[in-house]
Amino acid sequence: MAYTQRMATDLAANPFKKDFPLLVANPQLAFLDSAATAQRPTCVLDAQRDFYASMNSNPLRGLYRLSVEATEAVAQARRKVARFIGAPNVNEIVFTRNASESLNILASQLGDMLLKPGDEVCISIMEHHSNLIPWQQVCRRTGANLVYLRPGEDCKISPEEVAEKIGASTKIVSITQVSNVLGVENDIAGIAARAHEVGALCLVDGAQSAPHIRVDVQKLGCDAFAFSGHKLFAPMGVGVLWARGDLLEQMPPFLTGGEMIEWVTETEAGWSPIPEKFEAGTQDAAGIVGLGAAIDYIERIGHEVLEQRERALVAECTRKLADLPFIRLIGPANPRDHVAVVSFNVCSVHPHDVASILDGADVAIRAGHHCAQPLLAWMGISSCCRASLALYNDSSDIDRLVNGLQQVWELFNG
Amino acid sequence: MANTNVYTAALMEHNAHPDYKYEMDDPTHVHQGVNPSCGDDITVSLHVEDGVIDEAAFQGSGCAVSQASADIMADLITDKTPTEAQALAELFLAMIRGEATSEQELAPLGEAAQLQGISRMPARVKCAELAWRTALVMLDDQR
Repeated sequence: MAYTQRMATDLAANPFKKDFPLLVANPQLAFLDSAATAQRPTCVLDAQRDFYASMNSNPLRGLYRLSVEATEAVAQARRKVARFIGAPNVNEIVFTRNASESLNILASQLGDMLLKPGDEVCISIMEHHSNLIPWQQVCRRTGANLVYLRPGEDCKISPEEVAEKIGASTKIVSITQVSNVLGVENDIAGIAARAHEVGALCLVDGAQSAPHIRVDVQKLGCDAFAFSGHKLFAPMGVGVLWARGDLLEQMPPFLTGGEMIEWVTETEAGWSPIPEKFEAGTQDAAGIVGLGAAIDYIERIGHEVLEQRERALVAECTRKLADLPFIRLIGPANPRDHVAVVSFNVCSVHPHDVASILDGADVAIRAGHHCAQPLLAWMGISSCCRASLALYNDSSDIDRLVNGLQQVWELFNG
Repeated sequence: MANTNVYTAALMEHNAHPDYKYEMDDPTHVHQGVNPSCGDDITVSLHVEDGVIDEAAFQGSGCAVSQASADIMADLITDKTPTEAQALAELFLAMIRGEATSEQELAPLGEAAQLQGISRMPARVKCAELAWRTALVMLDDQR
């Protein structure tokens, strides 16, 4: 079936829901927490199951046909991932468990390799803990300083802020492309250009961007890019690290053991070429194959349709929440500046109460600090509510959210 | 609507108009309890004289469940001995863990037994428990 522009913009219709068995089985559910983890389409679940049912064997190891097939299936998924994010070389794609692991590899291996006391690592205040704590810890170990880029009133990090904070002492810049709380998209190309101007690396957390916007690491000009499969319709437990080949060559291995060595003696070992050097032990091959199927699914729909529909959903959600006098929206004022995420608070009602009461109305949202405590502390709030959208949502989900919020308000002010 | 039954009129009343939320003049015991992941932050104050808690109060901020639970607790343990209050707090925590379930068992908790529904809401357990755990730290020391 060809996906048309009408499917993107007609939010009352939903040609995508039927692809997601959990949503089909729960027609009453308004699932608005895809930024935490997305639902998975049948084609992904089938691909994962088919791997175990028809080609299960340990990739790379066996000399028999089944293992050769499994190896090829993983290689094929790796080629899809490389194409999906515009990586120049397929051997620069490292499979990990999730974006957190990818970012930990970068912080730990690059940090120890590059940082000296007095050097600076520059991140932003809107980082998810996954791209914050690894750098905080590596700075403590190495004596480097952690510097934060902070957004202005419009929730955007200005070019002046970038020029001021990224300077001669900066060795590494690591920044999220899309904030999981504010929904704002950072100007990665501009930040990468500034980083390179001062001789620093630019690493990108793409956990919230890869599922929603077309990513081309070469156009972004970054040196590394991390994302999770499970936010992108793929199984949990598989993530991706892309890094420039020469960086991967220089970085020491993160985990050691099976499948990452060329040779081993009693006293020494030599590493496999990249990417195997960073893939110790048996990988989640079925999950990797599932990630390949998820990318196929997105490409079948097309980024244009996906992005248009998600932008339309965010616009409608923002507009309807803004109409409720007791809602305070968080993040950029213009809905166009939100990527798939709408954060808010209900006046004088704790977000956990909001989420519990919405749960009773079959509306699933996230409430809390969203693994971004420094951001929330900086904004002067301890927690907030977040509705996050994906292409399988429609107008009825947003209406259920609005009705649920009216119930919350009446319960607390009835 | 299975989960919202914890938001009863009584709970909402305790949240909106807590009788025991104030700064005590001369507490004998003060302890702060925090749920970092929720931002719930409660300080419980007790005044113990002649082996009886003759005044209990709390301050701080948090969700309706944590606030109402604190108010209900303060009401329940006022005029109890520390040992009695400790037993009540243990019973409350057992109820929230789903270990104490019968109406008869829970009778000593009075109004606090209305929070039994929390035992089926794992995400809210910490909210309901906060004041009680905070009080227990002091009561354990008292004995």
